[in-house]
Amino acid sequence: MRRTQSIGQRIDWLTLSIIGILMLIGWLNVASATAGASPVDWFDWGSKQGKQLIWILICSVLAIVILNIEGEFFIRTSILHYVINVALLLAVLVIGKKVGGARSWFGFGSISIQPSEFAKPSAALLLAWLLSRGDGKLRNMKTLLQSLAIVGIPAALTLLQPDAGTTLVFGGLIFALYREGLSGNVLIAGFCALLVTIASILTGASMLDYPLIGSQSAVGLLWMIFVTVGLLVWQLIPNMVVPRNRKRVKRTALISLAASILLSAGVHTGLEQLPRHQRERVQVLFGLDVSNPDADYNIRHAKAAIGSGGLSGKGFLNGPMTAYGFVPEQETDFIFCTVGEEWGFLGSVVVILLFTVLLLRILALAERQRSDFTRVYAYGVVSILFMHYLINVGMVLGLAPVIGIPLPFFSAGGSSLMGFTLLVFILLRLDAERFSVLR
Amino acid sequence: MNLRERQWVIGGIILLISLIFIGRLVQLQLGPSAWKDYAARITEEREIIDPARGLILDRSGQILLTNIPSYDLLFTPRQARLAGGLDTLGFSQTIGLDAERLIQELARADAYASYRPSTILKQIPNEEYAQFSGELWRFPGVQSKRRPIRTNTGGYASHLLGEYRETDREDLESQQGYHLGDYKGKSGLELQWEGRLRGKRGLKYHLVDVRNDFREPLSNGAFDSLPVEGENVTTTLDLDLQAYGEQLMGNKRGAIVAIDPSTGEVLAMVSAPSYSTDFLSGKNRGTHYAEMLKDPAKPLFNRTMRATYRPGSIFKMIQGLIALDEGVITTDSRIFCNREIIGCHGNHSLDNLEQAIVHSCNPYFHEVMKRMVQTGKSNNIFQDASDGLARWSPRIKQFGLGTDLGGHLPGLRSGSVPDTTLYNRMYGDKRWAYSTIYSISIGEGELLTTPVHMANLASIMANRGWFITPHTVLDIGGKGKPASLDSLVQTGVNPSAFAPIIQAMQEVVESAEGTGIQAQVPGITVCGKTGTVQDGDRETHSVFMAFAPKDNPRIALSVYVENAGSGGDWAAPIASLMMEQFLNGSVTQKEKEQRILRATYPFSEQ
Repeated sequence: MRRTQSIGQRIDWLTLSIIGILMLIGWLNVASATAGASPVDWFDWGSKQGKQLIWILICSVLAIVILNIEGEFFIRTSILHYVINVALLLAVLVIGKKVGGARSWFGFGSISIQPSEFAKPSAALLLAWLLSRGDGKLRNMKTLLQSLAIVGIPAALTLLQPDAGTTLVFGGLIFALYREGLSGNVLIAGFCALLVTIASILTGASMLDYPLIGSQSAVGLLWMIFVTVGLLVWQLIPNMVVPRNRKRVKRTALISLAASILLSAGVHTGLEQLPRHQRERVQVLFGLDVSNPDADYNIRHAKAAIGSGGLSGKGFLNGPMTAYGFVPEQETDFIFCTVGEEWGFLGSVVVILLFTVLLLRILALAERQRSDFTRVYAYGVVSILFMHYLINVGMVLGLAPVIGIPLPFFSAGGSSLMGFTLLVFILLRLDAERFSVLR
Repeated sequence: MNLRERQWVIGGIILLISLIFIGRLVQLQLGPSAWKDYAARITEEREIIDPARGLILDRSGQILLTNIPSYDLLFTPRQARLAGGLDTLGFSQTIGLDAERLIQELARADAYASYRPSTILKQIPNEEYAQFSGELWRFPGVQSKRRPIRTNTGGYASHLLGEYRETDREDLESQQGYHLGDYKGKSGLELQWEGRLRGKRGLKYHLVDVRNDFREPLSNGAFDSLPVEGENVTTTLDLDLQAYGEQLMGNKRGAIVAIDPSTGEVLAMVSAPSYSTDFLSGKNRGTHYAEMLKDPAKPLFNRTMRATYRPGSIFKMIQGLIALDEGVITTDSRIFCNREIIGCHGNHSLDNLEQAIVHSCNPYFHEVMKRMVQTGKSNNIFQDASDGLARWSPRIKQFGLGTDLGGHLPGLRSGSVPDTTLYNRMYGDKRWAYSTIYSISIGEGELLTTPVHMANLASIMANRGWFITPHTVLDIGGKGKPASLDSLVQTGVNPSAFAPIIQAMQEVVESAEGTGIQAQVPGITVCGKTGTVQDGDRETHSVFMAFAPKDNPRIALSVYVENAGSGGDWAAPIASLMMEQFLNGSVTQKEKEQRILRATYPFSEQ
C-alpha cells in the first residue's frame, strides 16, 4: 500500500520547509549585502544574489532528481562516490587555483568548484555503509580504525589545502561515531583538550618572572601545575577507588597527564609556528593585546554590525555596515552579520531557532529509522550541519576564531549550496523509503 | 548507556550551543550600546559647513576685512595604508613642505585616529594650492578642504580690527560651541562682535563607506542644518582718512584718533608702527608674531587705546573750564607768572585765562588749581587739600578722563585721574597738601590719559560741554547701530565757560606767537592745543589735539608722535593734514605733507 504513495507524500515536509526558508532568507540577505548603496537589481544574473538565485534553482532541480533516485543507488555507489571525491581532493592540491593562500578551488572560467563541499556527503555515506554492514559495530577495533580512516583522509587532505574549517567539519563526524558506540570518553577527552588548549594560549601569551631564570612565558608554570596535579592524582586516586581498578585508573591518569602536557606544548609551539595573521586571530579571540590595530578588524566590525542592530534591526537593505563594505566576506562567511544588523535580535534569534529546529528534526529523523545505514547517514548529516553552524555563527559572534566556512543554505556560493543539497536530500530520500525498503 | 539514548546527549549539545548563541546575541544587541556607538562612529561622518564670516566695512561700505579661499590638507592614515602607503618624499616635494615636518604631522595624524582625517597643513593660499592640487590624487589618504581665511584688504586699522585665529584650549572649554580647529576673533572688533560676525555652522551627517567616502545623507538629512551666514559689521571708520593717517605715521611711533564730535563715531584710529592682520593669519603666523614681539617699536601695541601719556598742557583747558564754573576766576582774572613756584616759558607776566592757555602759563594754572583745592575752608591744610581734591577729581572724570568712556572700545585703558584714595595710599592719610600734588595742576604727575581720551576731550570742546561715548560701529547686519552705543554724557560745565577757552584754542593755531600755527588749514578755522610730554631722558612726545571747523565742528582729533619734540613741530602739522583730508577730501599743503612723510623715528637727526 505504502509503495503506491508518491515521494511527495512520504517526504519530510518540515525539514524541506526549513531548508526552503533558510535559502530564501539567505538569498535576501545576500542581496542586501551585495547591493551596497544602490537599489537591488533582483534579476541581474551577474550579481552575487543573481548567481545565488540561479544556484538555488539548479539545486532545486538537483533536489528533485535526488528525491527520485532509489536510495539503494546511494548505498551501492558510496564507495565509488568516496573514491572519486578523495581523488578530487588530491587533484585540487595539485591543479587547484590558489585563492587567499589556499588551494581549495577548481577554476573553470568564471565558475569555481570547491571539491571539499562534495566530499562531506560522500564521507557520511561511506561511514554509513561501513557501519551498517553485518555486525559493523564500533566495538571491534578494525571497524573503529576503518571509520577513523574514512573521516581522517578527507580531513587530512583539506588540512593540506589548508582549509582548517572543513577539517574541523570532518572532525565533527565524531558525533556520528559516538552515537554508533564510540566511547563517550572521547567527547570528554575532546572537551578537556579544548580547555587545555585555551589555557595554553592564554598562559602562552603572558610573561612571568620566575626565580633564577627570569622572565619567561607563563606556559611553563602551566606545565608545572599539570605535573603537580598529575602526581597528586597518581598518589591519591588509587587509595580511594576499588582496588581491582587501580591499575586502570593509574594508567588513565598517567596518559591524561602526558597527553595534557604534550597538547599544551604542541599548542604553544604550534601557535609560534602559525603565520602572524592567524596567530593574531587566535589571540584576538581571547581578548589578548595584539599590537597590530587591524588584527581584530574583521571580528570587531562583525560584532559592531550585529550589535548595532539592536532589538529589531535597521530594516532590510538599511544597514550601513552591510551596505558600505565594513564587514569583509559579507555575503559568504559573514552573512550572519547582515541578519544581525538589518533584522536585529529578533531576526537573529529566528535564524538560530531555524537551525536548531532543523538539526533536532534531522536528529529525530535519524532515530526513527529501521535502517542502520539511514540512521548513521542521518547522524553524519547532523554532525556536518552542526559543525558549520557552530563554527560559522560562533566566529561571527566572536566566540570562535575566524575560520572561513559557510553557513548552510544561507551563505552565497554554489559549491556549498550544492553540497548541502546533496547531503540533506539524499537523507530525505532515504527517510521517505523507511517503511518500504528493508535493509 | 543504551546507544539510542545518546541522541539526547547530541541533542543537548545542539540546544546548549544555540542557547549560548542567543545569550551572546542578548549581550551584543540588547546590552550596553557600546557596539552601537562604535558602529555609528565608523559609519557616520559629520560634515561641518562653516558659515561665511561677516565682513567688516568702513562707513561708506568699503571693505576692511573679507574672506578669501584657502585650503587645508587632511590625511587619513588608514586609507593610505589600505592603498599601500604614502610616498612621503614625493608628497613633501609636491606640497613644498619640509619632509621632516611632514613626517611629524603624519605621525600625529596616526596617533589621533587612523580611520579619520586630521589636518596636516593649514591655510594654503589659493594660488599655492592651485599649483599642486592636480597632483594630489597620487597620494592616497590625502584630501583637501576649503577653508576661507580672513584677509585685510588694504592692511589698514589692524589694531582696531584685531586678530582672528585658531581657538585655543580656553575657547574650547568655554561652552560656546567652538570645536578643535575652529577660528574665532581673539581681539579688537573681531572679538567684540564675534557673536554677530560668526554666524551659525551648518551640519551635514553622512553615511560613509569603508574608505570613509561620503555615500548618502544619514536619515535623509533629518539631522542636518544649514549654515547661517555671519552679519556684516559696518564700522564708523573713514577708510580714506584712516589710510592717510597710517601713511602720515609711517616710520614713526605714535597714534592718531579722530572722532566725529556730533555723534561720537570714531573716524580714524591709527597706531604706529602698524602691521597687516594678514601677517597674523595663515601658516607664517608663528614667525611674524615672534618677530613683532621682539621689535622694540612694539608694532603689536595698540597705542590709541593702550598707551597712556601725561596730558601735559592740554590739561590746562579743563582746569580753566572748571575754575570758571567753580567761580574761582573770571575770564578777566589775571595771575602773576611767578616762576619761583613753578617753571614757565616764553615772555609773559600777567596773563588772563585766554592768554594763559595760549602761552601755556604754568604758574597761572598752579594758582587756579590751588584756589579750587587749597580753599582754606578747613584749618588743617591736609584736611583742606583732601576736601578740595575730593571735589575736584569727579569733575575731571566727567570729561571722561580716568574712565572707560562707556566701554564701547575694545581694550581701552582708563588712564588715571588721581583722587584722595590714591594720595592717601601714596603718602598716607593727612600726610599731603596741595603743595605735595601741585604738578597735576599743569597735567603732569599722576594724570594719565590715552590718545582716545584726548580725542574725546577735543570732542567735548567742539560740542561745548558734552560728548557721545566714542564707538566704532555704525551698523550690524543691516539692523542699524546697536542702541547702547549712543549715550550722551554731560560734563556739567556751563557752556558759556567754553567761549574763552575756545577763543584761546583758535589763537594757539592762528596767532603769530601761537604754538600750533602749523595746524592751520587753508580756509578753515581750526581750534587746537599743543602738548609736550616728558619721556624720561628721551626727546619729548609731540602732542596735539584739535577740532574743526570752529563752528559746527565735524572732526575732533588727537595726535601723538613719540619722541618727536614739541607739540607744534610734528603733531600739529599732522593734525592739520588729517583735518584737511577729512573736511576737503584732499590735501593742498603738499610741502607740509612731504615734510611729514620724510620724517622717521628717531627724530633727533632731523
